[in-house]
Formats: sequence, C-alpha cells, structure tokens
Amino acid sequence: MLTINNLHARIEEKEILRGINLEIKPGEVHAIMGPNGSGKSTLASVLAGREDYEVTEGSVTFNGKDLLDLAPEKRAAEGIFLAFQYPVEIPGVTTINFLKTAINEIRKYNGQEPLDAAQFLKRMREKAKLVKIDDALLKRSLNEGFSGGEKKRNEIFQMAMLEPTLGLLDETDSGLDIDALRIVAEGVNQLRDGKRSFVVVTHYQRLLDYIVPDFVHVLYKGRIVKSGTKELALELEEKGYDWIKNEVDALEIA
Amino acid sequence: MSSIENKDASSLKAELIADFHLSQAKLNGKAALPIHQLRGEAMQNFDKLGFPTIRHEEWKYSNVSNLVKQTFDFHTKTEFNQADLDKIPLPHLTGNVLYFINGVYNAELSQIATPENKLKVIPFSEALAQQPELIEGYFGKYANYETDAFTALNTALAKDGVVVQVADNKIVEEPIILRFISDVRLANVGSQPRNLIIVGKNSQVKIAEAYRTVGDNAAFVNTVTEIIVDESAMVDYYKVQSESDKSYHIGTTQVYQKGRSYFYSATVTLNGGFVRNNLNVVLDGEYIESHLFGLYVPNGKQHVDNHTVVDHRKPNCESHELYKGILMDKSTGVFNGKIFVREDAQKTNAYQNCRNVVTSDEATMNTKPQLEIWADDVKCSHGTTTGQLNDEAIFYMQSRGIPKKEAIRLQLLAFAQDVVTQIKIDSIREYIEELILEKLEGA
Ligand SMILES: Nc1ncnc2c1ncn2[C@@H]1O[C@H](COP(=O)(O)OP(=O)(O)OP(=O)(O)O)[C@@H](O)[C@H]1O
Ligand SMILES: [Mg+2]
Repeated sequence: MLTINNLHARIEEKEILRGINLEIKPGEVHAIMGPNGSGKSTLASVLAGREDYEVTEGSVTFNGKDLLDLAPEKRAAEGIFLAFQYPVEIPGVTTINFLKTAINEIRKYNGQEPLDAAQFLKRMREKAKLVKIDDALLKRSLNEGFSGGEKKRNEIFQMAMLEPTLGLLDETDSGLDIDALRIVAEGVNQLRDGKRSFVVVTHYQRLLDYIVPDFVHVLYKGRIVKSGTKELALELEEKGYDWIKNEVDALEIA
Repeated sequence: MSSIENKDASSLKAELIADFHLSQAKLNGKAALPIHQLRGEAMQNFDKLGFPTIRHEEWKYSNVSNLVKQTFDFHTKTEFNQADLDKIPLPHLTGNVLYFINGVYNAELSQIATPENKLKVIPFSEALAQQPELIEGYFGKYANYETDAFTALNTALAKDGVVVQVADNKIVEEPIILRFISDVRLANVGSQPRNLIIVGKNSQVKIAEAYRTVGDNAAFVNTVTEIIVDESAMVDYYKVQSESDKSYHIGTTQVYQKGRSYFYSATVTLNGGFVRNNLNVVLDGEYIESHLFGLYVPNGKQHVDNHTVVDHRKPNCESHELYKGILMDKSTGVFNGKIFVREDAQKTNAYQNCRNVVTSDEATMNTKPQLEIWADDVKCSHGTTTGQLNDEAIFYMQSRGIPKKEAIRLQLLAFAQDVVTQIKIDSIREYIEELILEKLEGA
C-alpha cells in the first residue's frame, strides 16, 4: 500500500529525514516511536504533503501512485489522513460544514455523487457515537476553544467520517486522560477492518496496549534505526532510548 | 485668492460651478428661501475649498486627481427600464423599494409598502420644489458643508434622493431599500443623491442603500445621507456598494442620535474602482448605543477608504465599531477611525477594532485609529491588525481533502462572516453573501 524508499527531507537547509525506508501493507498497524525532535512529525507531515518541507531524495508510492507528486488534498482524496499533533483552530467554520465540504470534495475526486443531507447526518451520528463526541461541539467553530482532549477526539472523529485507507496518527494520545485515551483507541480499533492501515506515532506504551501494533519502529536522527514487533515497545518503555541512541551514535563515530 | 483657485481648478470643478449658476437662474422667486441661501453658501464653500489633494490630512491615501480630471454629465436622461433592472437582480426584495437612476427617483420602478401614517417617503426633488418647510429644519444642519468639499458640493447641487420620515411611536416592519444605479452606458455620468432620514421618537426602521453601475463609462457618485434618530428610536442602516471599476464613489452618512436611541450600521464594499465612505455619528444624549460594522473586499486595483467619526457628547453612552477587510491583488484600503469623547461624556464605553487580511504582496492597507478623550471616567479601546492568511489552517483543510483554493475561500468567508451576519434585512444579506462568493472565486 505505502512504500517509502530512502526518503530525505529538509526544512530551511536543515536535513531532518535522512533516508527513511518503510513498507506498509493493507491492514497493518505500524507504531513509530523515538525521542523528541527525531523527525516523527516531519515524516507524517511529508506524507500528508506539507509544503514547508523539501524532499531532496527518495520516493514514496501509495497504491502504485507517486505520492510526492500529489497536492495535499489529492493525497487525502487518495485515502491518506493525518491526525495532527497540534490540530489547528479554524474560526468561523463549523466542524459540520467543514466535513461536509471535505467529504464531498473527496467524493468528487473519486467520481462519486455528493452525500445528501440525510446520508451525511446518518454518517455523522454513527461516527460521533464512535468517539463519544458531543453534537454541540460539532456545531461550533472547528477546534476553536476546544480542550486538548476534545481536539484529539475531533481528529479521530474526522478520520472516521472521511474513511481513509491509511491513517497517520501523530501523538493522538498526548493530552488525553485515561478515559479519553480508551475512547480514542477504541474508535481507532473499530476502524480496523483488515484493509485500513495505520501509522501510530507515540511516546507511550499505554496507547499500544489498546491499539496493538504489528510493527514498532524507532526513529532517531531522521532514520529508522530499529524495527521490531510489539515487544520492542515494551522494551523501550522499560529501558528508554539511551541504549539505542548509544548504539547509533557509536556507529556514526566509527 | 479665488482667481488663483480658479486658474488651477479642474475641469470638473469649473463644470460644477457653471452648473450651479445655471440652476440658480432657474429658481426665479425662490432663490431667497433659506434653503437656497444655504445651497449658495455651500457652493461658495466648495469654490473656496476645491477638491482635496493628498496634501489634505483626511485625503492622504485617497487621491482624487484622476476623478477631477474627467468630466461627467450630471443631466443625462436615461432610458433605464424594468428590462435593464432584471439584468442586475437583487432577489427577494420586499418592502419599500425605491430606485434612483443617475440619482433621479424613478417612481415607475419603485414600490412603497408601508402606509403613510407610519412612513412618509418623498423624493428629495419634490420636497425641495414643493415642500421646502418639510426639510428646512434638517437639511444641511448635520452634514458638514463648511469644510468638507464633497459634502459642500452635494449640498449645493443635489437634485434628488429621498426624504424618509418615520412618525413617532411606529414600528416600520417593511425595510426601506434605496437602490442607486448609475447608468453609464452612453456617457460618463455624475450624480449627487441627497437623502434625509428622520426617525421619530420611539420608532423603529431598517434602511439599506445599495449602489451599482450599469455600463462601461465612468461614474461619479457623490452622495450624502443625513439620519436623525430621535429619542429611543432604533435605526438599522446598511450601505452596500457594488459599482464598476471605473466608478468613483464618495459618500457621507451623517448620523445624529438623541437620548436612548440605537443606531446599528454596516457598510459593505464589494466592487467599485474608487470608494470613500465617511460615516459620522454624533451621540448627543444619554444612554445611546451605536454599532458600526464595515466590510471591504477589494481586488484588482480597487481603492476603498473608510473614515468614521464617533462623537460622544453626553454621558453613559456606548459605541462599538468593527471593520474588516480582505485585500487582494493590487488593491489598497484605508481605515481611519476617530473617536471623540467630550468633556461631558463621562461613563462612555467606546470600542473600535479594524482587522484585515491581505492575500497578496502587492495589496496595502493603511489604518489609523484616532482617539481623543477629554473625559476621565471612560472605557475606550482600539486595535488594528493586518495579517496574512493562516497557512497552517489552509494545510489543515487541504489535508482533509479540501483544495487549496477552496480552503482559502472558506477561511476568507469565515473572516467576513462576523460582519455579514449583522445584516438583518434578509434580501440584502443574501445579496452580499452572493457578491462575496463571486468575489472570492478569484482569491
Ligand atoms: N518549521 C521548522 N523549522 C525549523 N526546524 C524545524 C521545523 N519543524 C521541525 N523542525 C525541526 O525538525 C526536527 C524534527 O522535528 P519533528 O517535529 O519532526 O520531531 P518529532 O519527532 O515529531 O518530535 P516530538 O516527539 O517532540 O513531537 C526538530 O529538530 C525540529 O526542531
Ligand atoms: Mg512530533
């Protein structure tokens, strides 16, 4: 589904991704962990098409298409969804209207008729239940004045509404209390259908207790320096990153 | 002195002065009436003042030199008819709808819905010719024809427009919509509408002025509206401008509020090459409320200048002002907001805010808030911001499948919404929404 090959990206002369290789197959969940500043959000942003980053080398194909060639909205229409680490407040645009526009733009791209009001409402009711998000919240300006937890829940709600084939969750667990964490994780799990894939960026094992990953990767200094199964996450929880950092740094000096 | 003035006077000025002498000659015995005396005085003032240049403090960013170089026909007979009107629809209009073609009232196109015991609507020309006593107490008593050249010009030469009088203790349910259309299909046309709106004690009314151009020649609209809001009266007043690139619109709305009255306004400028709006509100009584909203969305090479004056003269009043601008392409905008709080006006609350989004490197916005406060127990604040579009928000929307162009449009629409939603005449609000959508297509 997604193949990342030797991806290099930089921002303002600073190289942040320095050769990422990753293969994601349908239905898989990949966790990406790693110390602050290692490039996790950058990777997610580059995949979603943020213009601030310049890809200097490498390729990304998504379902056979050259992803890097597509504008962000086209990537979304192709089935990629990025849940932001810091969701943006959009004054004056309600979540409902925003999603109506988004869904119908995506449908238009894929040659589908727009959803009518009843179909949209039905889908909205269904998905709102999934993440226990309040109707009143959806009628407010998107993310404006939302609490941290509400913003994150709203991201998952939007993902559920847009039904992507690949969800990139950038620290969706940060800022959530235990109940909200469980709600969000269960929301994600219900979207796992054997075909939909996820990349879950997180610092914490506790999210992975709920959303059990098929693979765990450690990103450090812009590269995936270690990959394993869910046990790797447990090991990191226990030992921290220092042992990996030391290994990598020793190699770099040598 | 005056001979020197005349030497470098523009052709337009000469034309207007000649025009005035012609009209004086036709007055016969009426020239001695106070109202015509006043018009003569106004003309003298205009002659002395001349058209302002950018050396004039109030016209620093608004250059009328291209206007005064041109000539305009102030007397064209227009054939403008219902079929022409159908081409510039303003849908769902209800209530009292009055049409002024090149400044002249057109009874055939117009409709009056409110009974006369509540509302009197008389063409200004008719009041001037047949019932001068009706307007004498008000005409020229509020708008400044002494030092404002354009107001002086209008005061001297205005031929038509409308006198609206709401009786005391009446709620006028039907809105009053004044549509001013410059028909410039055959020639450059000038018009100087003059409106006088007198709202009686404890009465309520909603009024809108809508301006448009038809045709490809240049238009010059120099309009003055005086609004007198008597005690405890409530007035909603909207001005909507969608004129052509070759039009010059200079408009003054002079509002005089008495105690416990309420004035609520929105000035919305969509199209028009050169626009200067003066909105002056005098709060001359206690417990008055004034709300001034503005929205301007210029693109191309449009120039939109809003000058406002809020003059607090008595205690315990409040004023709220919010102007918002979206400036695209090579457009320029000006906001100059004065607030005066006189010595007597203790316990005044006065707020002013001007916020702008500039979508192009070549667009500019000049803002100048001016607060002059002589009272000590007041709450006043002002703020201006001029920023770019929020790129992070645009990427966020794109990442959800919304194309960049649409994302920008949504963001700008949302920005404009604060002002658009203030407009309580449905047809006018819908018309504005339509015009904004059209305009933002090109953003
Ligand atoms: N706009 C920017 N300008 C300059 N440097 C940037 C910019 N965005 C990110 N960086 C830098 O790129 C590096 C990687 O940042 P990134 O946000 O991808 O890290 P991360 O792994 O997501 O960290 P965290 O765990 O704290 O979220 C950091 O050193 C960061 O300072
Ligand atoms: Mg991050």
